[in-house]
Amino acid sequence: MMATDNIAYEEMIKGIWRDNPVFVQVLGMCPMLAVTNSAINAVVMGVATFFVLVGSSFLVSAFKQWIPKQVRISLYIIIIATFVTVVDYSLLAMLPAIHKELGAFIPLIVANCMILGRQEAFASKNTVKFAVMDAVGMSAGFMIALFSLGAVREILGVGALFGFDLFGPDFEPWVIMILPPGGFLTLGLLLLFFNWMTEKRKQFLIQLAEVDNETIKVKANG
Amino acid sequence: MSNNNPNNASGKDPHLLLQSAPLLHQKLTTPAAMKDVWIALLPASCASFWFFGISAVLILLTSIAGAILTEWIFTPTEKRRFALSDTSAGLTGLLLGLTLPAGIPLWMAFLGGMVSIGLGKVIWGGLGSNIFNPALLGRAFLLGTFPIAMTTWVSAGDLSDFFQLHSSNLALPFMQGQLDAMSEATPLGLMKFEQQVTSFGSLFIGNTAGSIGETSGFLIILGGIYLFLRNAINWRIPVAILTTAALFSLILLLVDNQQYPSPLFTLFSGGLLLGTFFMATDPVTSPLTPKGCWIFGIGIGFLVVLIRVYGGLPEGVLYAILLMNAATPLIDRYTQPRIFGRDKQNLKNNNKADK
Amino acid sequence: MSDSIQEPGSRRLIMSMAIAGFISGFIIIAIYLLTFDTIKENKARELQQAVFKVLPGATKMQKLHYENNQLVLVHIDGVDDEMIFAGYDEKGQFIGYAIQGAGPGFQDTISLLFGYLSTEKMVIGMEILDSRETPGLGDKIFKDMDFVNEFKGLSIKSDLKAVKKGKKIKETEIDAITGATISSKAVVKIINKAYKKWSPQIPPVGNEPAWVENNTAQKTESQ
Repeated sequence: MMATDNIAYEEMIKGIWRDNPVFVQVLGMCPMLAVTNSAINAVVMGVATFFVLVGSSFLVSAFKQWIPKQVRISLYIIIIATFVTVVDYSLLAMLPAIHKELGAFIPLIVANCMILGRQEAFASKNTVKFAVMDAVGMSAGFMIALFSLGAVREILGVGALFGFDLFGPDFEPWVIMILPPGGFLTLGLLLLFFNWMTEKRKQFLIQLAEVDNETIKVKANG
Repeated sequence: MSNNNPNNASGKDPHLLLQSAPLLHQKLTTPAAMKDVWIALLPASCASFWFFGISAVLILLTSIAGAILTEWIFTPTEKRRFALSDTSAGLTGLLLGLTLPAGIPLWMAFLGGMVSIGLGKVIWGGLGSNIFNPALLGRAFLLGTFPIAMTTWVSAGDLSDFFQLHSSNLALPFMQGQLDAMSEATPLGLMKFEQQVTSFGSLFIGNTAGSIGETSGFLIILGGIYLFLRNAINWRIPVAILTTAALFSLILLLVDNQQYPSPLFTLFSGGLLLGTFFMATDPVTSPLTPKGCWIFGIGIGFLVVLIRVYGGLPEGVLYAILLMNAATPLIDRYTQPRIFGRDKQNLKNNNKADK
Repeated sequence: MSDSIQEPGSRRLIMSMAIAGFISGFIIIAIYLLTFDTIKENKARELQQAVFKVLPGATKMQKLHYENNQLVLVHIDGVDDEMIFAGYDEKGQFIGYAIQGAGPGFQDTISLLFGYLSTEKMVIGMEILDSRETPGLGDKIFKDMDFVNEFKGLSIKSDLKAVKKGKKIKETEIDAITGATISSKAVVKIINKAYKKWSPQIPPVGNEPAWVENNTAQKTESQ
């Protein structure tokens, strides 16, 4: 029992750091670049993706015995699209202002390759518990990435975070950060930072391995 | 990349210099070529001091400092002495500084220098690996980021004495600068939005509003001639750019002489001269083949006039050069000279190529 | 993990798709019905607030269409391009018209609403409904209050004109936003265009459409 708990926990953690859908797998770039011009948009997008991914991962792994291999992609899409429609209408009813900003990108969650990718690569092959853990981790990683991008862009582009003014009225906004080029620039710099961190961590682990050869094996195989 | 030199890795002074081919010894080294450009930019820099006073001095110094500091930070420790000795980072900073308006807050000039080197050079792998001209990339970033500060111009020679500093220069980092002088439209802005023509004399001498190092046509040409005499630039590129721009604007003038400016105005206004002699000719980001240089220059000349006349912005040199920078690898690929004895079918085409 | 080693028949494939589609459709209809009222209310409130904003003092509104050479009341949900709004105060006194306009801005179509006082031939308010202008520059057409306030009491006896800041001479001219001249001019152009279209259709002073009590369309929208 203890062992499976640990592995399930690992499945969740990997999405946040080691297999981060944005920084490592470089998936879901469309919403990543399009809706991150403010922190609140990014977080709402993250929550919407969280709901869709966890819901569809749960259903896919729960019904995997009844999903025929030949039509599995269509069925995944039906499941994902249903969740997306639910999110779309709920947002429209509850947060019409943010829905207006996110516009077409809420329906476009259907086409987020990260979600379909998790169904095909993980949920369809694992138990419900693992699939949900994996989905939670992946969408948390996605949300962290969205938030960091949105926060950087909003702080520099508007001088605020979640709408709260940070620098006072004399702040000179970095207009480019709100525009699409700012999304590309920030994402590129964040990827640079993430790779640099991973490299540092790897070097640290190699040093550790000289001390304890067993540790590295467990970490690397995950 | 940092470990390909075993002598350096040990931390000792390298007695044996390891280099890749070509190994011919030449007088023209990178630092020597850079020195020529520094000298050639001297007249234009002095003009900026004359017309815009101490503000220009500070702007140039901060953008150079931003560039050198970034180069220093991102160069591995054992390579620092070598990387900074070629003075190319400082030169990028100077070129960027010359394209900035006099009232810009100094922190923006510093940031521009950092972006020029960081995003324009280091990230591609250092000197010689970049696709875009670093100084222009820095300027493009600043223009996109601070569109108002970057297009608020003060008139040249408005100062009572040399030490009169624009208060907007001293704005705190991340804060706006409040311009104390009257903002003035550049000759290009006047042309585009008010249909006013600035006299050729002013454009030639440089007492107009504009980027601090771009106003004086005469002194920039002087620097360009020096570079040409020192054989430091490929003459085909400036000739192609200036001829194309002049011809294109002449055609437009013949079509409608009310709406379009004269070829002389086109050549001497804005950043065309500075861009032509000092940025488009950057050997790293321009084509290698003679034929490629012609295509590159014609492309820039054409795009400059096109953007100025039909675009939303009054000035187009920046984007024209950056666009043709992006096309450079393609131009190089399609203008490779024929390898002797091969590709007989291409013989006919290659005979037409100029030498 | 997979248990299907032999090929399943096409009947099974179709059945599984059909069942999934049926369940999915059921859920979608349920969420649609669940949120329908709130969404409709939100949209109506949004429009109403915009109308009240451009017609200061208005607390009630009616939707009008131009049919058979006169303005007639319409009682439909939603908005169409051929609609004009009349604003009234608490006692049902007519205040002014709110006119829609749309046209190309710097980036994308700008759509706006402006309040029009037919007695004075005056624009009394302007609200941008939708725009994708450059943040920090073009979006000042609704963020820069100096610019928005210029439309409160602006004579429209002749075409409006945006001029460079500080160069306003005539009463029909407004100061353009520094750095966002194109967006400012676009707003003015849209208002001029919409005004040209509607001014012949607006009845002469004194013949304003009266407030109709027990307006069904009004009832559902007035919370």
